[in-house]
Amino acid sequence: MHELALAGAVIDTAERHAAGRRVLVVRLRCGELRQVVPDSLAFYFEHVAAGTLCEGAALEYEVVAASLACGGCGVSFALDGASFRCPACGGADVTVEAGNELEVESIEVEEPACTG
Amino acid sequence: MHRVKVRIVEDALDANNTIARANRDDFDRHDVAVINLMSAPGAGKTTLLERALERPLGEGIRVGVLEGDVQGSYDATRIASLHVPVTQINTDAGFGGECHLDANMVRSALPSVPLADIDLLVIENVGNLVCPAEFRVGEDVRVMVAAITEGEDKPLKYPLMYRTCELVLVNKIDLLPHLEIDLEELLANIDDVNPGVETMVVSARTGEGVDEWRRWLAERVARRSAALTT
Repeated sequence: MHELALAGAVIDTAERHAAGRRVLVVRLRCGELRQVVPDSLAFYFEHVAAGTLCEGAALEYEVVAASLACGGCGVSFALDGASFRCPACGGADVTVEAGNELEVESIEVEEPACTG
Repeated sequence: MHRVKVRIVEDALDANNTIARANRDDFDRHDVAVINLMSAPGAGKTTLLERALERPLGEGIRVGVLEGDVQGSYDATRIASLHVPVTQINTDAGFGGECHLDANMVRSALPSVPLADIDLLVIENVGNLVCPAEFRVGEDVRVMVAAITEGEDKPLKYPLMYRTCELVLVNKIDLLPHLEIDLEELLANIDDVNPGVETMVVSARTGEGVDEWRRWLAERVARRSAALTT
């Protein structure tokens, strides 16, 4: 359900960088820990983009797998099930190295042909 | 016409986070500790806040509350009856009926919050287990209320919210004899998604655990004052 709010944030970011040009493609990197449902995001994106520079733009979406690191024993590990505890030492001092992204990676915009 | 690629690499919530930092600067300037209190609707945020604020939290600790709701001021009225300064944000008025508070909504309410006269501001977010977790509002710390009536599986279904909090208040413990919930499993699931997170088992109804919750709040204010004087 947070896809509506996130779609708005993605469009605001894209518009700011579009600097008045029409946006054709928005490329998003989204960590798996953000619990974003791609179809839902695409649905809201299309809806919220209406009337903005992003109207009609394609939303391209890359999922970044979660990668965690244990501060206790130094092991890096992928998320297996629900537990964020270190599978090697059981430690709780775990940092997320990847998987929390919600990043507008790039956009493609329409630019008038160069006449010079 | 031709296509041009513009590389951005920017967190989509950067704009929100920038405003959250401005809020935080205002809180810091007035030396106010700020708690973002979140939960599903009906978990007991307002009631636990009432129980905590019925008596002064500690010598010289002045508290203010910012109430976020889609509409209505029911919660604000309850808090105001405790003679605590309270400001209402309705997310349907000009904010499109948002299901969460964002930094800008809080910013717009700050002129009505007596920051110079309080030491602790509790921001009670809109009841929702998902969206509030995405939006920083300038808080020092996030606290959530998890009612045992929600079932033991909720941390596994909504890890984003559970992972973002430093304290989980496990509320409605007075109902334990009437439910089939496995409390140990709920606590284990919370610890799975946020290893080592502090939990308190409480009942807003009977008052169980409320003193511990009050001490925790007073401690946050003390910790902040100590950090500023060193």
